[in-house]
Formats: sequence, structure tokens, C-alpha cells
Amino acid sequence: MLTRNRLRLIRRRLLQIVPVILLATFVVFGLQQLVPGDIAVTLAGDNEIRTLYGLDRPFFVQYGSWLWGVLHGDLGKSLLSGEVVLDSILRRFPTSLLIVGCALTLSLAVGIPLGILAATRRGSRIDAFVTGIASLGVALPNFWLAMLLVATFALNWNIFPATGSAPLSAGVGDALRHAALPAFALAAGGIAEVARQLRSSLVEVLSSQYVRTLHAKGLSPAAILWKHGLKNVSVNLLTVIGLVFNRLLGATVVIEAVFAIPGIGSMVVHAAIHKDFPVIQGVVLALVVIVIGINLLIDVLYTVLDPRIGQQ
Amino acid sequence: MSKTLVRIGKWLRRDLRAALSLGFLLLLFALSVSAPIVAPHSPTNQDVNDMLQEPSADHPLGTDDLGRDVLSRLIYGAPATLYASFLAVSVAILLGVPVGLLAGFLGGWVDDAISRVIDTLLSFPAIVLAIAVTGALGVGLTNGMLAVGIVFSPQLARLVRAQTLIVKQELYVDASRVFGASLGRILWKHVVPNAIQPVIVQITLLLAVALLAEASLSFLGLGVQPPQPSWGAMLARAYSYMEIAPEQMYAPGIAILLTALAFNALGESLRVALDPTMKRR
Repeated sequence: MLTRNRLRLIRRRLLQIVPVILLATFVVFGLQQLVPGDIAVTLAGDNEIRTLYGLDRPFFVQYGSWLWGVLHGDLGKSLLSGEVVLDSILRRFPTSLLIVGCALTLSLAVGIPLGILAATRRGSRIDAFVTGIASLGVALPNFWLAMLLVATFALNWNIFPATGSAPLSAGVGDALRHAALPAFALAAGGIAEVARQLRSSLVEVLSSQYVRTLHAKGLSPAAILWKHGLKNVSVNLLTVIGLVFNRLLGATVVIEAVFAIPGIGSMVVHAAIHKDFPVIQGVVLALVVIVIGINLLIDVLYTVLDPRIGQQ
Repeated sequence: MSKTLVRIGKWLRRDLRAALSLGFLLLLFALSVSAPIVAPHSPTNQDVNDMLQEPSADHPLGTDDLGRDVLSRLIYGAPATLYASFLAVSVAILLGVPVGLLAGFLGGWVDDAISRVIDTLLSFPAIVLAIAVTGALGVGLTNGMLAVGIVFSPQLARLVRAQTLIVKQELYVDASRVFGASLGRILWKHVVPNAIQPVIVQITLLLAVALLAEASLSFLGLGVQPPQPSWGAMLARAYSYMEIAPEQMYAPGIAILLTALAFNALGESLRVALDPTMKRR
């Protein structure tokens, strides 16, 4: 139930993210100041262009007018193609989200059972195997895994396409077939993270005093695991899901380049190579706002799910 | 000093994983320093008559699409990789540790302000900010890794802040304050030694993340620039010739994987060795 205390907590959290988002916009805009010379020089070395883009004004005036635009959904236009940045982001984002979503689903579907297996058979060979897989998953460069997957499943066996993507509107099967290899490449790190975190928090719960009491009272290990163990780690799992989603969102940038997928990742890489600054700023800001939003959502869910929060 | 060395020796004899990873990393370091002597060929010497060769006595790992010796490029790639990882982590230490100390020790509005900045930086995916910074400053390894270091710094700051909050409560800190010790002296003499162990563990783990970030940046063409060799850039070339010479992509990938594994394993071993409560688990 949402008591008044919890509502107050949620409201405080909402207020806290206002300065965070503001600071983020400041960092994103400030990136532009790093450009040697300025964008006008990059474009043409022309004073007329400097005035056109308002680059002759003081920094904070520029920031203010940029922020005013951002708040109204105006992220500017691409210096290369002239396309409205927000439009390209909105057009490309579903492609990235499909891959990240598939990777997250995979991470949870494989990582959770692995974590439970390892925690309930602590010290066994299965535990050692899961821990080994998790260490490997964390250290594996995801773009290299992507290359190995392409070599095996696309070039040798011809099961999945090697590059490109297909929208969901063109048929779920085709879209998933295109998303499969990128999602697998991304999910390796996610599976490792989920399994590791779930194992360690479940080990902590299972070795606690009250679980010992439950054993003494004669409850079966399965009942203890399902009724008490997993219930207690579910809140931790929420944190892990948020963490993994945010990591996948960053990692997809590299993976999209490997598979030539027209998502926001390949968009920002292309923009960085060609110094297309409005596009870089737009994509970075969009990603940061999504991450902040996810973190907020997780915090609110926390407050709702964990009965201990907001009791005092 | 010799006492510390004896303790490290004992630890390495007991912990095979730590000994192996430390050995591997030291070997890599030695290779980086002595690359001009160890490498059988020049890493940039092209030979159009010798392109994409299979491994042979002269070229133990074969040659790439421009006829350059893969083993030599692999050896010359090591210093770039280590430089990038240590650069990013040094930036993170220089920024994160002092900021965490100040936030934890001063508390109040300073802590609040720093915590908001930390929250903000933690919302930036490291690799994406690195890409954005190279977009601004121009491609190149140093720019990107500086950005990665900045994104890492809040992780250390948070850790140091939490440790500082604990140490601050101790009576001996009060005592030294009563004796008139300055803020700098209290932080350096009492807080830093207590906070250093978890920081060392975190630094070792961050080195692995920085290494993977460097490889990704160079793979995307935003890091090490040709003709300079780097493991990530070697993989990018191998990718475009994958259908003709798939074996080109194994060596650099394995090099990245093993180095990242070594940093992670060393970090985990250090965590167990430095934390007395972990031993009973």
C-alpha cells in the first residue's frame, strides 16, 4: 500500500532528479566547448555561419537558448544531413530497443536459473561452473563475441542474417531473426551480471538466521527457496535489472556498429567520426534521460514493493 | 617494506588464481616495454606479396591484409592497451578519491552537491560519453580514455565517501581533531589508510572495464589510429576480411579476453585477501 510516508519518499526522489537532469544537460552542452575552435570553424571557418548558429554569444546565453529548445523538444538539426535530430532518434530508437529488450530477456531467462543453481549448490561443481561462466561473460569483449557469432551462425551455418535489422511491423519472425545475433552478443555480459548478483544475494539470504530456523522447523529446502529465499532477493533483482538494462543500452552502441544496424548507436558513432555535434548531443542526452528515468522507475518500484521502506 | 613483500609472497603461494593473473599481467608489461626487441618484425612494415598468410615459421600467427606480421602487431598493441587502461583509471583515482573524501568528511551541503554530481555522471554510459568526447576533441586514444576515466570517477568517489563516513565516527579521529590536526592531516593519516583496501579492489576491476572500453573505441575507429597497432583495431580489420581469413580474428580477441580476465581475477583475489569477513564464506 502507498502510505503517506512512501508518497513523500517518491516525491522527494522526483525532486532529486531535477538537478541531475539539469546537470546532465549542462555536461552534454559543455561537450561542445571542447571542440577546438568552434562548430563554425569545423563547418566552414566562416563568421557568417558563426552568427547563424549564435556562436558569437556568451556561453551561458548559448546554453540557455539550447536548453530552452531541448525543453520544447528541439534538439537541432544534423550538420550533415539537415535532418531534425529528434526525428532521427525517434525513428531509430525502436530498432535499438528491440535488441536491448531481447538481450535483457535473454539475460534474465538464463541468468536467474544459473544464479539459483549456483546459490543452492554452493561449493559444488555446478557452482564453480556458473562462477566460471560469469567471469568469462564479464571479461568477453562483446564485439568480438559478435564476430564469432557471425562467423559461426551467419557465414558457416547460414541460420541468422549477418547484418541489418527488420522492424517488428514487417513481421515478428523476421525482426527476431535479425535481432538474434546482436542480442546474444549483448546478453553474454548481462547473463554473467544477473547470475553473479543473484547468486551472491541468494547466498546471503540462505545463510541467514531465520532460514536456519525454517530448516529446524522442518520446512523442505524447496519450500524455503521458493517461499522465503526468492521473495527476499526479488528486491535486489530489481536493482540488477535496472543496472543491466543501462549497461546494455551503452553496449548496444558498439554492437550496432558490428551488425550495421540502423539504431541510435550506429547513429552516434557515425556522428562522432564526422563531428556532427547536434546529433552527438541529442543521442547522448536521450540515453542519459532514459537511464535516469529507468533508475527513477526502479526506485519507485522499490518503495512500492519493499514493505520495510517508509515504515518509520 | 620487506615485510609487505613477504606477505605478498605468502598470499601468491596460497592463491594460484592471483599468482597466475599477476604473472600474466607482469609478462604483458614486460612485453610492452621490450616490444622493439621481442617482436620478430616491424608492426607497420607492409609486404604486398605476403598478404593474409597462414601461420609459418617466419610469421608464427600469419600476416594481415597488408602483409604485416600479426604476432608483432599483437606485441606492439600491448603498450597501447595498458596505457589506455591505466590512463582512464588514473583519471578516475585523481578525481574520485579526493571528491569522495571531501563529501564524506565535510557532509552537509557539500555532500549533497557532490552526490548529485555523482548521480549525474553515473547516468552516462561510459562508452557513449567516450564516443561523444572523441567526436568533440577528435579521434584518438587519449581523449576517449580521459572521458572513460571521468565516468569511472563517481564509482571510486562513492566508495571512498562511504568508507569516510564510517571512519569519521571513530574516537581516534575526534582525538586527533582535539589535538589540533588539520583537515588534510586527518584525511591523509586516518581516513585514507582505512579506505584504501576496497579502493584497490575496485581499481583492479575498473582496469578490466577500461581495457574493454579501449578495445571497443579502437574497434570503432575512434581510438588508436592506423598504422599504429591495437588489438581492437586489428579486430576491426579482421572483421572486414572475415570471409577470406577468419583465423585473423582469434589472436587479438583472445589477447583482450585474457587480459580482462587477469585484471578481474586479480581483483576478486584481492577482495578475498583484503577482506577478513570473506574468508569464512
